[in-house]
Amino acid sequence: MQFRLEKRPQPSRLMLYAAPILAVILTMLVGGAIFSAIGYDGPGAVREIFITPLVTSYKWQDLGIKAAPLIIIGVGLAVSYRANVWNIGAEGQYVVGGVCATGVALATYGMTGWWILPLMALAGVAGGAAYAAIPALLRTRLGVNEILTSLMLTYASVQLVYYLVRAPWKDPMGMGFPQTRIFSEAARLPTIIPGTIVHLGVPIAILVALIVWFVMARSLFGFQVRVVGAAPHAARYGGFSENRTIWLALLVSGGLAGLAGMLEVAGPFQRLVPGFPTNYGFTAIIAAFLGRLDPLGVIFASIVLAITFVGGEMAQTTIGLPAAAAGIFQAMMLFFLLAGDLLIRYRLKRVTHQPTEARA
Amino acid sequence: MTKFNRRNVLALGGAAAALPLVGGRALAQEGPLKVGFIYIGTINDNGWNYAHNQGRLYLEEQLGDAVETTYVENVPEGPDCERVLRELAQSGHNLILATSFGYGDYVIKVAQQFPDVKFEHATGYQRSENVATYNARFHEGRAVCGTIAGHLSQTGKAGYIGSFPIPEVVMGINAFALAARKINPDFTLTPVFISTWNDPAREADAARAMADQGIDVITQHTDGPAALQVAEERGLVGGFGQGADMSAFAPNAHLTAIIDNWGPHYVDAAQAVIDGTWESGDRWPGLKEGEVVIGPYNEKIPAEVVEAAEAVKNGQIDGSFNIFTGPINDHTGTERVAAGVTLTDQELLTMDWYVEGVIPPA
Amino acid sequence: MSAELLIAIIITVVGASTPILIAALGELVVEKAGVLNLGVEGMMLIGAVTGFIVMFTTGNPWLAVLAAAIAGMLSSMIFAFLTLSLSANQTATGLALTIFGTGLSALAGQGYSARPVDLFRSVFPAELATHPVWRVIFGYSPLVYFSLIMVFAVWWFLHKTRSGLILRAVGENDLSAHSIGYSVIGIRYAAVAFGGAMAGIAGAAFPLLLTPQWAERMTAGRGWIAVALVVFASWRPFRLLAGAYLFGLVMTVELYSKAGGGILSTIPAELWAAMPYIATVVVLVLISLRRTGSTSAPACLGKPFLATN
Repeated sequence: MQFRLEKRPQPSRLMLYAAPILAVILTMLVGGAIFSAIGYDGPGAVREIFITPLVTSYKWQDLGIKAAPLIIIGVGLAVSYRANVWNIGAEGQYVVGGVCATGVALATYGMTGWWILPLMALAGVAGGAAYAAIPALLRTRLGVNEILTSLMLTYASVQLVYYLVRAPWKDPMGMGFPQTRIFSEAARLPTIIPGTIVHLGVPIAILVALIVWFVMARSLFGFQVRVVGAAPHAARYGGFSENRTIWLALLVSGGLAGLAGMLEVAGPFQRLVPGFPTNYGFTAIIAAFLGRLDPLGVIFASIVLAITFVGGEMAQTTIGLPAAAAGIFQAMMLFFLLAGDLLIRYRLKRVTHQPTEARA
Repeated sequence: MTKFNRRNVLALGGAAAALPLVGGRALAQEGPLKVGFIYIGTINDNGWNYAHNQGRLYLEEQLGDAVETTYVENVPEGPDCERVLRELAQSGHNLILATSFGYGDYVIKVAQQFPDVKFEHATGYQRSENVATYNARFHEGRAVCGTIAGHLSQTGKAGYIGSFPIPEVVMGINAFALAARKINPDFTLTPVFISTWNDPAREADAARAMADQGIDVITQHTDGPAALQVAEERGLVGGFGQGADMSAFAPNAHLTAIIDNWGPHYVDAAQAVIDGTWESGDRWPGLKEGEVVIGPYNEKIPAEVVEAAEAVKNGQIDGSFNIFTGPINDHTGTERVAAGVTLTDQELLTMDWYVEGVIPPA
Repeated sequence: MSAELLIAIIITVVGASTPILIAALGELVVEKAGVLNLGVEGMMLIGAVTGFIVMFTTGNPWLAVLAAAIAGMLSSMIFAFLTLSLSANQTATGLALTIFGTGLSALAGQGYSARPVDLFRSVFPAELATHPVWRVIFGYSPLVYFSLIMVFAVWWFLHKTRSGLILRAVGENDLSAHSIGYSVIGIRYAAVAFGGAMAGIAGAAFPLLLTPQWAERMTAGRGWIAVALVVFASWRPFRLLAGAYLFGLVMTVELYSKAGGGILSTIPAELWAAMPYIATVVVLVLISLRRTGSTSAPACLGKPFLATN
């Protein structure tokens, strides 16, 4: 018995939504088997990484704050990738957004007022968008590949953080350690549910995803992005400017990454430290793909990723699984998802040999 | 890790139920003390995290069934560590040891939410009712190493590979330089900061850059044996193990090692929690308490140099010698500490200047 | 500066440059075939841990390099299968490969960290390398000569052979190459395999050439520098050689100036660290300003090949 791939006349909607779920299930099965084979508690690993965080109610707040930046960055990237603009420098835009917000927080240190947080958010969005404007400018003016420029700029931005916290922004009371001072009260995000650590960034993330979903589904801009991404030639005939779409895609994804940076620095961090770049920008790329480049899908994907992060730590404390295991599970999940994408465009067909040939 | 499995617990519970009058209540309350550790890197780093994990194993060995330990590795210094701290507190750990500086803010935050859990934060300075800080006087060991370097170096130049110029590193640099200059007044020490705790290839290249420019003793404040291996490869006078004995990596160049011996402190802390005598505070023991240990001396070191090194070591143990007693000039030659005056702990913990003989980095 | 110091610096620069040169040469061939594999860092780590383990168990550096090449190649086949056979997105697959390689190498390397090994030393008789000047020529590990030979070999293959022409055609215009009858997918598989093997060897250079130990994540971002380097060199092997040594110089001169003093030691460390990336962006701008067709990126770079069937 053999199988053959056959192209579907139309992409399968069922598979579009089933593939990510299939990928997660396959990861659990194969990952569990592999870890058992090399001498770890495989079923335990799967249980701790994928199930426990979900069924343990006091972990939900952690999932929320871990998923929030992934959602915000991920929906921006989804817009960008829909337009066929490959911004993979969201990490850098997130970092610059956080740095700009920190600049406002330090400049307003000791002041009070409701306007400080919105100003920080504005600075964050502007910083992220400005950093994404560099690849946009180079792509539209000079045709430089945005994958490469946005990636290179990310690594430069990390060094900027190191420099700022070591020299000009160093906390004068911080015993010489490389970090800024703790922001004053007015520059910190309030928690919204008393007794938890859930901060304002979590509802903002959901709101951002809903707005982007609405805009992409209902507005002319969303239509334009999808057309330019899917068929640039047709778009040109339709009068849509490819350059304008590139600019918008990068500014939106960069601005949202910058917003996520501001929310992180004003929320969980409350000061700028060398550990501020935490790879949210890269993980959000996975979230965008796992979420099918759909803002609502990104919410779910981000939660799944948050589960694996939180669960990976729990697996260390409960069954002694090494830290590296969570990364392997995440990579496997993405591999299976990317492989599963094939089922959207193709279907498996059983090939039965015709009994015409003589059997040996 | 845990020596307690469910069956043991059931057996204990059963025993308690069968003998309700014989210490049943005590038995029901006394499980093992759960002690949680969080590490910034992996326990296989040969350095900082490795040493803390050795301390954890020592704790298990010493207190046996009275404790149960857990560790989480690769915990970044940021909101992720807050989550891990809370996870440990929530899962019944009553003593939590956070072993990297950047955990400080989050230890304080989580400690507020869990007033019954005791926290200890290594190398930090923020304390509260249930948050203590602890560190080790590594600079005492540096003074011993500096003494050896002052005697053995032929060029009178040593290098110091550091990650970031935080006070702990600056203290080590200064202690090393002061000790070496007591032997050789022209001795210089060049610090090179590489802005990372873990990039062994870069440490090795920094060591090569030193060796090529006349530096013949290399010491490092980063985790791992890379610099020592270069000293061995180049046939330099030598270097020193940091955190743990690293002589396996450089049998000829490894002069001695400053060994972090966290075990006794962890035993004390756990015992205090068990006895209900734990108190917040700052503990900063050194050679005297055995938290900093000087490893075996390399056989190639002449006896009189070993004697000098031992004298510095023992002087610090019995309190007759302190490396930070004046007169001390800074690198510009201005007197910073007057003769007979000793720097206070507070002054040491905020040290951001270099002593004479240190070539200040940018 | 004395001649001796100059020679010493050259030797250190060559050491620092060699792993990024080897990895970038592999990635160059991959990109010339129209594929962007961002998994270089992950494949390097897999190569590094494999090289270390084989060196530790057998003591044979040649075997260690071979094993690292095979391990790198095998890991690249995950990428090839997903992106070429299943037309998955290359950017996402490459990133996943890096996450995978980081995790897998950490897991495989457990228990190997406190173990020393020997370096892969020069194969020439020691007498040849006693004088400093001869040391510049004969004093290196075989991996260094391998990297230099490979620069020439890759150049010769791409520009002087028929197969190289076909490979470049696949990268410039996959549909035409396909319609002439070449197997676009097959050629890209071969290119990705080569890139994986080179990344594996580049990873093995860390324990065998730079610092004889295994440490988790010991490549510390050099894989990304290799990706930058390919762009910096505008996809040309000899420029790649020059670029690798320039990047190596930037990484090394900082350390020499700090250890020895001098005017350069006042430049902040962070600026030195950011320099390769900033330089790459600047170079991208410059080559785009000149616009001489052949210097720009392969036209099909990063785009999946979808033959109509």
